[in-house]
Amino acid sequence: MMPVRLFPVVIFFLSLACSSKLLAGEAQEIKIAYITQEKQVPAALSNLEPFITDKGLQGALLGLKDNNTTGQFTAQHYLLEQVIVPIGGDVNAAFTEILKQGVQLIIVNLPAEQLVQLHQLNNMQALLFDVATRTDAFRQKQCLDDVLHILPSRAMRADALAQYMLKKRWKRWFLVSGNTPEDALYIDALKRSAKRFGMKVVAEKQWLHSYDARRTAQADIPVFTQVDDYDVLVVADEQGLFGEYISYRSWIPRPVIGTQGLIATAWHRTHEQWGAVQIQNRFKALAKRQMQEQDYAAYLAVRAIGEVVTRTRKVDAASIKAYLLSDRFKLQGYKGRPLSFRSWNGQLRQPVLLAAPSSLVIAPPLDGFLHPKNELDTLGYDQPEIQCQ
Amino acid sequence: MKTKVLLSAVCLLFSVTSTAETVFVSLEKDNAIAIVDPIAGKLVKTVNIGQRPRGIQLSPDAQTLYIATSDDDTVLEVDANTLAVKSRLPSGEDPETFAINSLGTRMYVSNEDDNQVTVIDLPTRQAIHTIGVGVEPEGIAVSPDGLWIVSASETTNMVHWIDAKTHEIKANTLVDPRPRALSFTADGQQLWVTSEIDGTLMIIDVATKEISQRVHFAVPGVGKEKIQPVGVVVDKKRQWAYVALGPANRVAVINAQSYAVEKYLLVGARVWNLAFSPEQQRLYTTNGVSHDISIIDLAEHKVTKSIAVGRYPWGLAVKP
Repeated sequence: MMPVRLFPVVIFFLSLACSSKLLAGEAQEIKIAYITQEKQVPAALSNLEPFITDKGLQGALLGLKDNNTTGQFTAQHYLLEQVIVPIGGDVNAAFTEILKQGVQLIIVNLPAEQLVQLHQLNNMQALLFDVATRTDAFRQKQCLDDVLHILPSRAMRADALAQYMLKKRWKRWFLVSGNTPEDALYIDALKRSAKRFGMKVVAEKQWLHSYDARRTAQADIPVFTQVDDYDVLVVADEQGLFGEYISYRSWIPRPVIGTQGLIATAWHRTHEQWGAVQIQNRFKALAKRQMQEQDYAAYLAVRAIGEVVTRTRKVDAASIKAYLLSDRFKLQGYKGRPLSFRSWNGQLRQPVLLAAPSSLVIAPPLDGFLHPKNELDTLGYDQPEIQCQ
Repeated sequence: MKTKVLLSAVCLLFSVTSTAETVFVSLEKDNAIAIVDPIAGKLVKTVNIGQRPRGIQLSPDAQTLYIATSDDDTVLEVDANTLAVKSRLPSGEDPETFAINSLGTRMYVSNEDDNQVTVIDLPTRQAIHTIGVGVEPEGIAVSPDGLWIVSASETTNMVHWIDAKTHEIKANTLVDPRPRALSFTADGQQLWVTSEIDGTLMIIDVATKEISQRVHFAVPGVGKEKIQPVGVVVDKKRQWAYVALGPANRVAVINAQSYAVEKYLLVGARVWNLAFSPEQQRLYTTNGVSHDISIIDLAEHKVTKSIAVGRYPWGLAVKP
């Protein structure tokens, strides 16, 4: 009986030894945690787009699958611990629990205020991968040194839009924003870009939601948009509460760009160049839906870890962080350029996609926007602009 | 007398067809192949073939043309003279590139979405094996002695060495990010591999399966980010090698003995794949974004002509 039982085990190790020849050392297990909190279904402008409850998680799962496909050749196995805190639950307690288990690599899909709290609790124990915030403060004034930010910041998005508007000679902007604090931050980023690229804000207005946009858009938007002539209407409505109603209803016909119309995003369903079709297909097969930018971010976080582990066989937070921030690290992210991290603020360098609802328009940085070190650093806060201690 | 005339007529016919080589170009967005007479410098015709044709190659006897029609999930077997489709090979899903052994008996297909390589027995047209490889296998090649199948996975960043007899992976070489194309030298001693994202060319020693050389590219006036090596070919004498640099719109000319980059030739936009003429006097390139092919004279290392062929030319095969 004994030899029969042992046989499969022997075969397993034999096959492991053979298949991982040249690359494998001792078998390794890499634990990654993913923490998020359930969200209330927000008010929607339209019922067309279903509310997605697992944005981010599915990307992490795809990254895990890809890492484990590679891991079979290197005797490295990746595990993902999913911590999904219910509405009203204690995120800090859940995070502390992860730390207690000794997990050193944690993907955080939480809003900015909560990320700051986790950063304080963490006290440099684990390496955190922020797959949710676009907060410029974290990239300029209030750097969190144990956090890597995967999504483009608002400044990167605004710069990407501005590069394209400069290329199109849409130099006179009409800025329209909602009344959330996030919209105000996006407006700040847009104004910074306008100044940087020599654009002019000729009008600025805030949409106050004093009426139901669905009923009255046809009548209200033309009135709201009666300002002096401008080249382009730049809208900041991150939650999508009114922006969709501006196109085709404005007083004068002008393109709409920003958070609606032509948008700046890390990922879009229309993106298919540089092998993107393959990951779009793999994602759809796994998640049964289109990939969102939080999914892309979580995928990249897991893949970044995989890239370091494959090449260095190091699994601790300090070594992984050191490699990720070094110039040896180059990640393939389906955008035609190697992605890497800015050592000064932990931001992932990447092209930003400018997409219309069913066509990808362009992926800045654009030709002609030069930088002495890396053209990707023409987007967002560059090293000399950093005020972190 | 009669037979003599007939014979000379046949010879004449033969000589006419043998001097005029034909270039077949797959057109990814036109669902067609272009047939080009490179000597006359003309597009002869365009033939509809199937959805999203990409990988294209001739059988060793040049009588059969194989074309991967990716969105039809098949590799077509086409009569290279009449262009009639003879059969649809069971390639597995989304075939992009494939390799054929020197006997013309086996085809190895990369199935990018399924992370596997499908082995097809060509005489029986049966898929006889699938081999699990890394994430997004793309470039694939068979060693000249037929012993190794090498498959490069773009996201795993490895070259997998598959034993052609047992279909088992015997070794893996970790390479620079997003490896694209692979090419063995004719002597079978080296494998040349391009990394699209790192902008490098790696030369792997077949005996040790380790990277022995790395070639870097720098084109004056072209940003480093634009240098994205894809197709690579090495001539029979291992004197010269050529690498398509993608959106840098150049083909790099490399001394295959010293590994020095001697020249950058300006071709069309987003140069993708490369193929030699039968006697290796010319090199043909597909330029995806400018919708044409370029012809390079290899004695002079000069681009002599470009020919518009159709939308998104992907690969090419040259029939003597």
